[in-house]
Amino acid sequence: MPRYVMVIDQRNCIGCYACVAACKTENDVPLEHFRTRVVETVQGEFPNLRMELRSELCNHCDNPPCVSNCPTGASYKSKDGTVQINRNRCVGCKACIAACPYDARYIYPGQGFADKCTLCIHRIKQGKEPACVATCIGASRVFGDLDDPQSKVSQLLSEANSSVLLPEAGTRPRVFYIRKQSKPD
Amino acid sequence: MAVSSVSSIGTTNLVSRARLLWALWVLAAIIGGLGFLERLLHGDQATDFSSYIPWGLWVAAYIYFSGLSAGAFLLAAATYVFRIRVLEPICRLALLLAAVTLPMGLLMIGFDLGHLERAYLIIIRPQFHSMMAWMVWLYTAYLILVVAMLWLSFKSVQPGRNPEAVTNDRARVRVLAIIGIPLAIGFAGGVGALFATLAAREFWHSSLFPIFFLVGALTSGTALVTAVVSWQWPSRDAAWKDLMTLLGRMLLVLILIDFILELAEFMTPSWYQIGSFYELTRYVLFGPYWYVFWLVHLLLGVLVPILLLAKTRSPVITGVAAALVAVTFFAVRLNLVIPGLITPELRGLEKAYSDPIGNRLIFAYFPSWFEWQVLLGAIAFGVALWYVVIRLFPWVFPNPAQSSEVGQ
Repeated sequence: MPRYVMVIDQRNCIGCYACVAACKTENDVPLEHFRTRVVETVQGEFPNLRMELRSELCNHCDNPPCVSNCPTGASYKSKDGTVQINRNRCVGCKACIAACPYDARYIYPGQGFADKCTLCIHRIKQGKEPACVATCIGASRVFGDLDDPQSKVSQLLSEANSSVLLPEAGTRPRVFYIRKQSKPD
Repeated sequence: MAVSSVSSIGTTNLVSRARLLWALWVLAAIIGGLGFLERLLHGDQATDFSSYIPWGLWVAAYIYFSGLSAGAFLLAAATYVFRIRVLEPICRLALLLAAVTLPMGLLMIGFDLGHLERAYLIIIRPQFHSMMAWMVWLYTAYLILVVAMLWLSFKSVQPGRNPEAVTNDRARVRVLAIIGIPLAIGFAGGVGALFATLAAREFWHSSLFPIFFLVGALTSGTALVTAVVSWQWPSRDAAWKDLMTLLGRMLLVLILIDFILELAEFMTPSWYQIGSFYELTRYVLFGPYWYVFWLVHLLLGVLVPILLLAKTRSPVITGVAAALVAVTFFAVRLNLVIPGLITPELRGLEKAYSDPIGNRLIFAYFPSWFEWQVLLGAIAFGVALWYVVIRLFPWVFPNPAQSSEVGQ
């Protein structure tokens, strides 16, 4: 089985939010919720400022607390390594939302089930990239199989230093970040 | 003549108080009933929940009511198991209170679920790595056990029943109580563990949480039993006064133990005033809802009851102090649930993208009118249930002859 991962190359993100718009359109994400987002943070004091643009989505963790906390098995780790939700089994208890350290989930308004990024698994099955990756004009979002040494994600991760969000949470995320190294935090 | 006139004034006062309470219940039932209807027809869209504050007033109410149930049950079970003769007359009352408050909690958590009709999946497809699945199983076993204990207890007081059968019934109740103690400790502490095991939420991720929930359940449950014994006990004799004195002393000790645990929880992060846990503690103590901790909980739920219970042995004042503890304990539950959710784990999330109509990732929460409405409905439901069961099963209160045996 492939080992799907996403690499967010923050050096290439221009903060256009095309990924957010594409995700909403592709997945019919309700207006007030997000499956992916771009977080802008400004650090330092004028004139020494640094802006960070950080794309965030479900990390499809290898040790997902959302799956461990689900009382019905509605949240599960699929064979391809992505974390998915079976909507028909979700009781809407919100334990997964409280358990997720990445705030990646929400309750679908009016429907009562938990929802989140599927890594556009329906597109992957058709041989396409996730919508946010396909639309990214700076090639900041890269998707691929980490078990394939020729894949773009394998090459990027071997060339540059990468990190994951909240490594101390012990969730073993599958979304990797390559950051600008210009200035320290 | 004068005596009959005083007695008639007393009766008139009782009648008008009963009418006032009846009117208040009808009002609560109407408001709450409309809330239930709104929830059933339109879901939870009128709540103030968001992606980032998924649990609110209803979850706090659920842990509050289930804590009352566990506390009342443990008091009764400990009396059966350790044969505490002086507390035996209140056992059936405590069991019935446990049986009434648990459905109130389950009603609240039921309304909080997005798909209540699928709750059976937790029974038929249990995922025992999930603390919530354990909760559902423990609750189910506990509810069956409480009903069985009540039934056996009911049988044992039926007139004309032979003494041998009564002895057997009592022995069975004791066996069930022995089973029930770890079960009730399991689910009362387990609710705390449900929060404590969520490592993503720093405010909850504490080994003290299960203990805190268990002691909280004992404190609030004992307070509720004490208040009800003070208010509804049929005979106001010396035995009742002794019983109230004992319950008052027990409650005082429990309030102090609970307060020491709370002090440990707040003092540890506050001592050097560093770390993100300190920020969450500050939110509870000095944030926008500071009054929930200082006024509702600390003043009305701890200091005033401690003063009342330490200063007097009057059964009525003990009852007032107990009622204050039982009611204001809701503030403790609110302060456990909400602060755990108000801080984003990821830096800058609260300032992230807002869409063209201004929706943001929201990290603020205040229960909407609709949420209060549903809570009021659950309280009206519980009061009605209590009113019905004590009329259907008046044996929950011992008859005056039994009552006078207390303490002998």
